[in-house]
Amino acid sequence: MNQVAFIQQGLTRRYRAEKRFKTYGLAAIVCGITFLVFLLGTTFFNGYTALLQTYISVDITIQESDFDGDLSPESLSKGNYLGIIKRSLRETFPEVTKRKEKAELYRLVSSGAQYDLREKIVENPELIGNTTTFWLLADDEVDVYMKGRIDPSVPEKNRRLKDRSITWIEQLKEQERIEKNFNILFFTNGDSREPEQAGILGAVMGSVFTILVTMLLAFPIGVSAAIYLQEFAKKNRFTDLIEVNINNLAAVPSIIFGLLGLAVFLNFFHMPRSIPLVGGMVLALMTLPTIIISSRAALGAVPPSIREAALGVGASPVQTVLHHVLPLAMPGMLTGTIIGLAQALGETAPLLVIGMVAFIVDIPGSPMDPGTALPVQIYLWADSPERAFVERTSAAIMVLLLFLVAVNGLIVLLRKKFERRW
Amino acid sequence: MNQTSIELSNSVDRNISDDPLNDPNYKTVGEVTSPNAAMTTKNVNVYYGNKQAIFNVSLDVGKNEVLAMIGPSGCGKSTFLRCLNRMNDTIDICRIEGDIRLEGEDIYSRNMDVVLLRARVGMVFQKPNPFPKSVFDNVAYGVNLHGLSNNKSELNDIVEDALKRAGLWDEVSDRLNQPGTGLSGGQQQRLCIARAIAISPEIILMDEPCSALDPIATAKIEELIDELSQHYSICIVTHSMQQAARVSQRTAYFHLGKLIEVGATDIIFTNPLHRLTEGYITGRFG
Repeated sequence: MNQVAFIQQGLTRRYRAEKRFKTYGLAAIVCGITFLVFLLGTTFFNGYTALLQTYISVDITIQESDFDGDLSPESLSKGNYLGIIKRSLRETFPEVTKRKEKAELYRLVSSGAQYDLREKIVENPELIGNTTTFWLLADDEVDVYMKGRIDPSVPEKNRRLKDRSITWIEQLKEQERIEKNFNILFFTNGDSREPEQAGILGAVMGSVFTILVTMLLAFPIGVSAAIYLQEFAKKNRFTDLIEVNINNLAAVPSIIFGLLGLAVFLNFFHMPRSIPLVGGMVLALMTLPTIIISSRAALGAVPPSIREAALGVGASPVQTVLHHVLPLAMPGMLTGTIIGLAQALGETAPLLVIGMVAFIVDIPGSPMDPGTALPVQIYLWADSPERAFVERTSAAIMVLLLFLVAVNGLIVLLRKKFERRW
Repeated sequence: MNQTSIELSNSVDRNISDDPLNDPNYKTVGEVTSPNAAMTTKNVNVYYGNKQAIFNVSLDVGKNEVLAMIGPSGCGKSTFLRCLNRMNDTIDICRIEGDIRLEGEDIYSRNMDVVLLRARVGMVFQKPNPFPKSVFDNVAYGVNLHGLSNNKSELNDIVEDALKRAGLWDEVSDRLNQPGTGLSGGQQQRLCIARAIAISPEIILMDEPCSALDPIATAKIEELIDELSQHYSICIVTHSMQQAARVSQRTAYFHLGKLIEVGATDIIFTNPLHRLTEGYITGRFG
């Protein structure tokens, strides 16, 4: 056999191996995309209904006798609005007379509806004495039924929404007195025990402050540490030890950082619990190794000829780094920062430990106000028994993903700005 | 071996050791000192960790002189060159012994400021390494760094003058704001030379400045070296013996970390005293 024929014989085998390898790669990508589509698909399918919220229209007649005193704003705000709503509901369904049935009737409307009503009356006292149609926030069970997620064929004792309520809802539907509107409350409210009043804004602001603190701490500290270790530190056993430890820290489970934060920031320095500042500090500790490692790699990738050029015209070592090496390494450093911050944004465990899991209704206005974060909110809602929290959990996941895309987009923009043609 | 070297090695001239590589006290052939020296070096030893790279080298650089350093790869000529503006400081394991003086000042003394030294002893590297900035900024960088210009127009003049002296002005005057990395290899190297001369150094060190360039670009750089030698002292390390012969007045031959022979260029290339020098320039090894 001559050599050409021999090589040719092997060629088919080589091409076959190549084809096989390509197929493996393709299969892996298809597999990954399938999982991603499945994940995003179920999240969206479960969550998109949270964008709508059911309201019930009730004719409410407000009488002066509902208030004590002179109808001043103060006396208006002390009115018995729950009683007004109950009365109006009874008027809407005059056939309901039994006490137990009445109690069930009142539950069609959210317990938060009375505060809405109060706000409207205090703003427009001229409504007193008239009959006005108000759209009242419906209870979460009504809302879930309206979105078709309660199956009436399930035995009555196995669902919280009873047959009688369903009849009322159907009646309201016929009279076009019940409808779904855009759920603005979800984007403007803090957390609540009542799903129909629970919103994501508190968690979003908590996450914004937490990530802001993390970014402001981890980026400068990480980059400075990387510059010192890579450019200035003598290579000896001590710096080797530091390097090994940084690499190890990157692999430490995040809850350990949470415990560290609990022990140091809360128990030793007595900082307040549940605040985004401490959360941000803990996440900064967790993010630092990632940023340091990628920043060092980025610095190491800058060609030494640039350093020599700068030193050669008489730049001091610090000038060499600041004027030439750092700008060239910046895109790589920002990539590491994206990875670190994305990780921090999705982190739940360390925040649980430092108390950011508390039930907080108020929306934090600064990093010093108690708050929670998006992943913790998802965890809290996923843990709640109410059926209406399912869609809100998925909606919160979507908000978290959007938030992540926004933060990453910001850093990608920064990176584009620093990127230079070589 | 030709007639001369046999004659010499048999003569009583004890300067010429037949086995310089194993002789720790080997003394360089030829005149290492210069009557009008810009820089003097005495008994320089350089170590990388435990390995000694330069053995007991003494060599002066004369004023307005082009000194060529030749020798086979790994002979230490680049290492020696980098000692002259302390570029070796950046290498952690590198240790330098000996006495190197610029205009009588010990450049390794505590009082010597490295930044100032590098402003006085400029350097051009083997691979053109312009900053990833505009042509103008490349030249202006060193000037601004040392605060050598008082205002914008003075800076413009300095940059223009440096580019003219580097023979690059005509080619880049209309694209000063474009990146220096976009120039051709030869232009980039002349840009690096312009960058070095913009801060008016006393000595320019060139580490194989033409090794990455084509013959036409090389010819331009060589012309430039000729012109520059009227104002500056130039030390050039080169692999090309023709280049050394063309541009230099003095030539130093290095071999395995030892300075074997120094002399006027025309003598070295026509009538070398040491058999190793002769072997190298006649192409028996390299």
